[in-house]
Amino acid sequence: MRVYKPKDNVQKKAYYSDRFFISPQVPKFDVESDEVFAKDLEAIKAKFEVKEAYIQVEQMVVFINPEDNFKVLELLKNDLEYTQLSEMSAIDWLADKQGFEIFYQMLSMNKRKRLRIKMFIKNGEAVNSVEKLFRSADWSEREMFDMFGIEANNHPFMKRILMPYDWKGHPLLKTYPLEGDEFAAWYEVDKIFGKEARDIIGPELRDTAKVDRYDSDRFVRLGHEVPKGTTITGNEPKVEQNYQEEDGVFLVKKLNKKDSVIVTDPQR
Amino acid sequence: MAQHKVNYTQSGGLPVALTSIDKIVNWGRSNSIWALTYGLACCGIEMMASGASRYDFDRFGTIFRASPRQADVMIVAGTLTKKHAEFIKRLYDQMTEPRWVISMGSCANTGGMFNTYATVQGVDRVIPVDLYLPGCAPRPETLQYGVMLLQQKIRANKASRAQVAKRLM
Ligand code: SF4
Repeated sequence: MRVYKPKDNVQKKAYYSDRFFISPQVPKFDVESDEVFAKDLEAIKAKFEVKEAYIQVEQMVVFINPEDNFKVLELLKNDLEYTQLSEMSAIDWLADKQGFEIFYQMLSMNKRKRLRIKMFIKNGEAVNSVEKLFRSADWSEREMFDMFGIEANNHPFMKRILMPYDWKGHPLLKTYPLEGDEFAAWYEVDKIFGKEARDIIGPELRDTAKVDRYDSDRFVRLGHEVPKGTTITGNEPKVEQNYQEEDGVFLVKKLNKKDSVIVTDPQR
Repeated sequence: MAQHKVNYTQSGGLPVALTSIDKIVNWGRSNSIWALTYGLACCGIEMMASGASRYDFDRFGTIFRASPRQADVMIVAGTLTKKHAEFIKRLYDQMTEPRWVISMGSCANTGGMFNTYATVQGVDRVIPVDLYLPGCAPRPETLQYGVMLLQQKIRANKASRAQVAKRLM
């Protein structure tokens, strides 16, 4: 895996930066501006510590302590009618804050409101599983473990869900290269043929746009095919496309191109 | 009752056609290429379309089978993920010889647009491929043409030819 480097690294620095530029933010509103949310927040605040709360895009965002997550979600589900956990995962803030932000996106069909519970954990910490409350958390927590390496305590089956069980690394971390580390690059070769096959099969060719028209071993030009291995000059004659060999195929009538009709009307 | 009519003016008066063993074996092989149903992603939809009524693969003798043990050709239609790589190899090993592989679409050929950690960059890293069909996704016509080319390839080889492993594994 690559090591963390600060994002403002010199080579990537822009030549010119606007000193007065303020990156646009989605506006945040006070929770008091919505009475339903205000009541919900009261109910949460009565029992748990709330670090921050605001309304963004008509959804309330509440920051809580990571130890409280099960209890808060229990309260939301049983008392405040947020009966669905529509989404949950983590956000990688390792470079900036040495930790992850975990979010739970809740939906109340009765109140027609969406609410997001957020919490921050340090790198290496585990969270409490909410699988007992919401069945949808089962796979989401496994995915969170698979993609970020965050374990959920008390989860019935804490294993990878998308990547193979013997995979190394957590692909959604910002440090994980998109094209994979060395383990990923040789995964299928190592697993099927063993490490000694690496030399025979060779490294992955990642440049998919690479077409060498002078390479007649691996490419042919349609309509101008030549036998494999021929040196290509660039002015190969056009080869007539025949579906059958010259001397014909046993018992199969040969197509006579002159007698055939080309249908131009697709709606025939 | 059906009457068998013998044309005594042809073939020396006998209902006989002469050919070589190679030709008749290859004729049988090339006109009954049973394909393993192997749709892995969106290309699989085009493969299904090729099998359905409009493009009608059955007239080439290509009938999709659900078991590798009954199949002659494996049409790898779609994205091969690293997780799935071992299974494609196992299914390929389960096919009886002679066997062929058509790699259909950019994903199966080279990994295609999925230049990521999770995609095998071309099925030929795992199994030997006879025919690569370009396109994303190739039209059913391309697949038909591919099957015809495969028929030609089968007929061009000796029937008794031992199947040579393309890779020493
Ligand atoms: S080549 Fe294109 S159509 Fe085929 S599986 Fe890949 S992405 Fe889908």
